[in-house]
Amino acid sequence: MTKLKTQSLHKKGSDLANSNRQLEILSNGVFQNGELPTFKNKIAETNQFPLKAKTLEILQINVGYMCNQVCDHCHVDAGPDRKEIMTRETMRQCLEVIKNSGAHTLDLTGGAPEMNPDFRWFVEEAAKVGIKDFIVRSNLTIIRANKKYYDLPEFFKKHNVHVVSSMPHWTRGKTDKQRGDGVFDKSIKALQELNAVGYGMPDGDLKLDLVYNPSGAFLPGDQMAMEKDFKKALMEDFNIQFNNLFAITNLPISRFLDYLIASENYEDYMYQLVDAYNPEAVKNVMCTNTLSVSWDGYMYDCDFNQMLQLPINSKIKHISEYNEGLLEGRNIVISQHCYGCTAGAGSSCQGVVA
Amino acid sequence: MQKTYYDPADLRKFGKITEWSEELGNKFFEYYGKVFEEGALTAREKSLIALAVAHTEQCPYCIDAYTKDSLQRGVTKEEMMEAIHVGAAIKSGATLVHGVQMMNKVNKLDG
Repeated sequence: MTKLKTQSLHKKGSDLANSNRQLEILSNGVFQNGELPTFKNKIAETNQFPLKAKTLEILQINVGYMCNQVCDHCHVDAGPDRKEIMTRETMRQCLEVIKNSGAHTLDLTGGAPEMNPDFRWFVEEAAKVGIKDFIVRSNLTIIRANKKYYDLPEFFKKHNVHVVSSMPHWTRGKTDKQRGDGVFDKSIKALQELNAVGYGMPDGDLKLDLVYNPSGAFLPGDQMAMEKDFKKALMEDFNIQFNNLFAITNLPISRFLDYLIASENYEDYMYQLVDAYNPEAVKNVMCTNTLSVSWDGYMYDCDFNQMLQLPINSKIKHISEYNEGLLEGRNIVISQHCYGCTAGAGSSCQGVVA
Repeated sequence: MQKTYYDPADLRKFGKITEWSEELGNKFFEYYGKVFEEGALTAREKSLIALAVAHTEQCPYCIDAYTKDSLQRGVTKEEMMEAIHVGAAIKSGATLVHGVQMMNKVNKLDG
């Protein structure tokens, strides 16, 4: 049954809004009593501990936790009530890094990044740098949320932005269950508008990718097979085209952790993740080539560590102090949530890794 | 002592059957894995067949496993229920078609 989702865990004052509480849960229970190996011990079995950062390839910037949606699985705990927003000053510091680092991909995320009042300024400035792949993670419904966002497809096109959008299923029921009532219809309309300006065409330059993440306590299926099913259904039902589908595993943190515990699926889910552990995926986990920057400019190994308030293991912590030489080779900060990125074919913001 | 015949935790121990008969166990799992690979049928179609058979076999382990597997492959609950009805129709059909044998016998003995 769909339900109206309105508040973040932070707004509700939930115990799980506290990142220390989440880390405590992830370290206790089945991991404390030895039923399951800790992530550290698991990667040590194949001599992959400690995980080390390689050369920076992807700079992922979270421009704020504010969002027009309150999705069940959201690891950011984003929502309309979140007020953390990146300032133009911090954006300027990020731009300096974009200009001077060798990163080939810039990845803007949120919340709904478009809700940051300086979003368009930032996109315009960042586009001037000429980075190879400029991603904006758009939740789609924002494009239909208010008149002031209606021109976003044209704006994205103007700056050759690579649009990556969430779509948990090609059916209304499963999508609305996870993302809220009415999300499916608005998402379909937004996808059609993106197609209309040229996004998602098989041989076009304007890339439109979809992100699939499961709507419940199970892991994603094969990415290629899912992409085929999505393409067939969206074309047949709505005449929609897109380029690639990324299958992403839900990590057991924040709202998804809250759901796992409330539905008594937590232990079974952790067993699934550990059973599906793939040492090949460890070799290419995204934290080894990505840097995540929070709304207030602090640096993390990934967006998940950002939400767990696990800063990078380095003398420098803030984007204003960025120094490639000091960051490369640093030890990645890990906990049991990392099993989410090493299950099966692996998982990252760019989909499978193995 | 275990009080019930089935324990959900036993499903994870399935692989242990190789411990008491390694060669046969390994051959079985190799075959099993091969069967469910993409082939002339998609892995998604095979998952739905397995789900239907899991019900006709009334195997609780298999029902758990292939419900989850179906969800992972994006199968909807409507598709899952239809698949189970296919299994149920064959089960009931298999019962009822034997009614012809009964009719034949009645006709021979008392026709």
